[in-house]
Amino acid sequence: MTKPLRKTGLIFFPAFDWAISSTHPEREERLLYTQDQVFEEGLLDLDNIIEYKPGMATVDDINRIHICVPDAASVTTESHLISAGGAITAADKVLQGEVDNAFALVRPPGHHSMMVVHGARGFCNVNIEAIMVEYIRHTYGPKRVAIIDTDCHHGDGTQDIYWHDPDTLYISIHQDGRTLYPGSGFPDEFGGPNALGATINIPLPPKTSEEGFLYVLDNLIMPILDDFKPDLIVNSAGQDNHYTDPITDMRFTAQGYAILNDRLSPDIAVLEGGYSVETALPYINVGIILAMAGIDYSYVTEPDYDPQAIRQSPEINQYIEKEVGLIHDLWNNREAKKASMKYNSEFISRTKNVYYDTDGIHEKQTETIRVCDDCGGLLTIDSRANYMNRIFAVIIPRGSCSTCRKKGEEIFNTTDQKPFKYVYFQDRERDVFLVK
Amino acid sequence: MILGIDVGGTHTDAVIIDDFTVKKTAKVLTNHENLIETFQKVTDTILGDENIDDLDRIVLSTTMSTNAIVQGKINTVGMILASGPGLAPSMLKINEHTHFLSGYVNHRGIKIAETDYDEVSSISKRLKETGIHHVGIVGKFSTRNPELETHIADMINDDFEHLSFGHRMSGNLNFPRRVATTYLNAAIWDTYKTFVDDVLKFVETIKASIPIYILKADGGTSAINQSAKYPVGTILSGPAASIMGILSLSNFTEDAIALDIGGTTTDIAIFAGGVPLLEPFGVTIEGHKTLTRGLRSKSIGVGGDSKVSYDNNDIIIGPERAGPAAAFGGPYPTPTDAMIILGLTDIGDKQMAEIAVGAIADKMGVSVPETAQTIFDLSCRKIADTVNEMIEEINNKPVYTIHEILEGKKISPKALFVVGGPAKPMASRLGELLGCPYHIPDHSEVANAIGAALARTTTEITLLADTEKKIMTLVEEGLQQEISSQFERQEGLSICRERLRERALKMGAQEEDIEMEIIEDQTFNMVRGYYTTGQNIRLKAQIKPGLIAGFRKEASI
Repeated sequence: MTKPLRKTGLIFFPAFDWAISSTHPEREERLLYTQDQVFEEGLLDLDNIIEYKPGMATVDDINRIHICVPDAASVTTESHLISAGGAITAADKVLQGEVDNAFALVRPPGHHSMMVVHGARGFCNVNIEAIMVEYIRHTYGPKRVAIIDTDCHHGDGTQDIYWHDPDTLYISIHQDGRTLYPGSGFPDEFGGPNALGATINIPLPPKTSEEGFLYVLDNLIMPILDDFKPDLIVNSAGQDNHYTDPITDMRFTAQGYAILNDRLSPDIAVLEGGYSVETALPYINVGIILAMAGIDYSYVTEPDYDPQAIRQSPEINQYIEKEVGLIHDLWNNREAKKASMKYNSEFISRTKNVYYDTDGIHEKQTETIRVCDDCGGLLTIDSRANYMNRIFAVIIPRGSCSTCRKKGEEIFNTTDQKPFKYVYFQDRERDVFLVK
Repeated sequence: MILGIDVGGTHTDAVIIDDFTVKKTAKVLTNHENLIETFQKVTDTILGDENIDDLDRIVLSTTMSTNAIVQGKINTVGMILASGPGLAPSMLKINEHTHFLSGYVNHRGIKIAETDYDEVSSISKRLKETGIHHVGIVGKFSTRNPELETHIADMINDDFEHLSFGHRMSGNLNFPRRVATTYLNAAIWDTYKTFVDDVLKFVETIKASIPIYILKADGGTSAINQSAKYPVGTILSGPAASIMGILSLSNFTEDAIALDIGGTTTDIAIFAGGVPLLEPFGVTIEGHKTLTRGLRSKSIGVGGDSKVSYDNNDIIIGPERAGPAAAFGGPYPTPTDAMIILGLTDIGDKQMAEIAVGAIADKMGVSVPETAQTIFDLSCRKIADTVNEMIEEINNKPVYTIHEILEGKKISPKALFVVGGPAKPMASRLGELLGCPYHIPDHSEVANAIGAALARTTTEITLLADTEKKIMTLVEEGLQQEISSQFERQEGLSICRERLRERALKMGAQEEDIEMEIIEDQTFNMVRGYYTTGQNIRLKAQIKPGLIAGFRKEASI
């Protein structure tokens, strides 16, 4: 293997003193053996791998993308600020050109956190990738960003946040939602009216192995990326597709993850889930780091690695080939489909129920988007958690058109505050966040 | 009474310390071809009519191991590596006699693949046929389970003169460094052993029973016969001697900067609360990153005799030395010449300095004193910038707990200590640039010998307990023993302390110098499924580098 070496930044933050609870998968021990393996391999001594200390995200960083109820400080702890801060540090090092790419090997994860945050769901409080992406746009100017989510669970939080954003392509590859939390992520979830096609879901059948994942990468994800032409590729690098993961049912491998990162070549990778702490994570993480740095990873294998034993069935091959064809067609026809959509109102609403499994909160939400050809569209959210805390939010998108802005400001100024505990105004274009 | 001897590149210094004061000093030229003769000479010079019976010990800081490596006076070493999955073997090959085994253990020390006897014996046969007598055996994660290495050793023990084991080098993780350290240890084995024998023979001629110590890279001492077991521990003891010297001369317990400005380079060290900092993983020698515990220092190619040149409208200081200062007949202008012109020092031939610096002044079109000022400022600034870089590196060291991030410990120097030839003319400007008061300790010309004489014995021990596997490992001792599933951290801590003490005494520590410190203390619950199945306890204790007990802070040397 003769690849050019790349300078890779590593932000390693195992949070050895933080857990959701003592026997929770998201516990102190999670990255312990990963640390052992990374240290023992001497990766930090390599000239092209540079370790950085994570910074801490601020409340402003969170308010740029989330509506936290009642506020950002109440729904986060230091651990979340460091985890998001680690992702931001990775982004800074890449965008300032100090390194070619960077891996934020941090915990806790974030991809189940939606735009509105009443508490923790799927082990996540705030969405660390989204916080990072908006920080990037705020600091380094508007960018087309592609987020490739390779966690085994559908990243419903990231999908929710970027549902209406035509400049953020969110591709999630995950175990079929009919068989795994959070139960969403089907191909017909394809983005909001103003951003049709900017959300791509690729559910895979249980027991999909290297062959299937790499087939999807080569035949669907890479061609879509070629079309989308992102300025920046982010890998939401969950590691729970591994064949030894205790809470999922896939058959992906350390080699597979390394090859995937090698071919995808993300600018930034951010750790998400992955709970086979002893038999998978040490090898997957070493594999990803080496692949990002352009170093031979062909010797990184699990002790019991046997590709034949975990090979997927011919039925899975066929299923995936067919699905890839369908989704690719969907993508190719996205613009025609968008043009053909007829709406009988300027504003389109959708209502959803969100369950916060980690904190046991039920949220009922009505989201209303202004159909707009000129920007991502004005968004309003009416949300109620546990039938009590009702809030209203007005969100002006980045790059907003004057109509969406005017209407948004008007709605915020005239909304009757009585039914709501709080009314929020998030202006992503001007970086303004107001609460009344 | 203690005799401290420091073998330097040019001179060998000796000092006699009596009741914590410098009683006598001596200086002779170093004969690198015959170090024993140099010892004899310096010892004769300094002892004079002293009563040998008053001598409690001799401490040597020598360049023996360092020079053996730098000059390639080493044994050919066969390396047997059990590398397991991870980095490609091509990245681990340290020489042409490196061989790989298929057996290995994982990060928890669990044996995944057995050692293949046939594989080992065929490698052993090949090495023997090549005429190799020294072998290094290194397993990935052998610090988690040394059995694999010792098992291989049992198979080939009779085939070779010497075997070095990876797990004995350090309790820290880092396989490539473990390979390099073990390799160097085996490579200098004979040279160092011969040296130790010669020293012992020579000392017997003075006084048979006197204990002899060697200074190690970590600024601590070890009884000389113990040091022969791990010669790699004695590499780079020169910079360590200098740092310990400044420590003993400085009488300071806060954060501080130590500079040793020589002819060619300036060595920088940092004290945190009066304790010299260690390299995070180990020292680097001749491009080999090792696991050898060593004092943290940074060297920059700026010294009194650095060649000063003018290129492309820029004055360039160093990084090489092309001879002495022009004022002493050297071929190029140097910072020393600039200092002579500025009247900061009164040595050498000022006129020759002016001629040399004048050549640059002409090109720049400014006066000679102005040019000298620029050269002097630039030299000081380069040193100060490197100091600041080093402090920033230390302060940005990654940490892995929320507690440490929030605590945000930072070094902030309160004093600057400068030794070396140009210390006097440069210290004031450096203090200004670094924002701290400066001190030039007395006797700084023999600081290294004083540092060696006053250093205490240092060592460390790593304890790992896995209560799920019911195994405890004392890494540096190569010991594993069964424990109960109820084994607790407290028990581990007391075992650690006890073992550290034994280790220190064996290495020649004085009872009163055993000042222990726990430097790693982590306990993780291991959860499999939704149940806690055990604890993973990781402890490390050390005797940190420092000065021998009884050294009076209030009346520093």
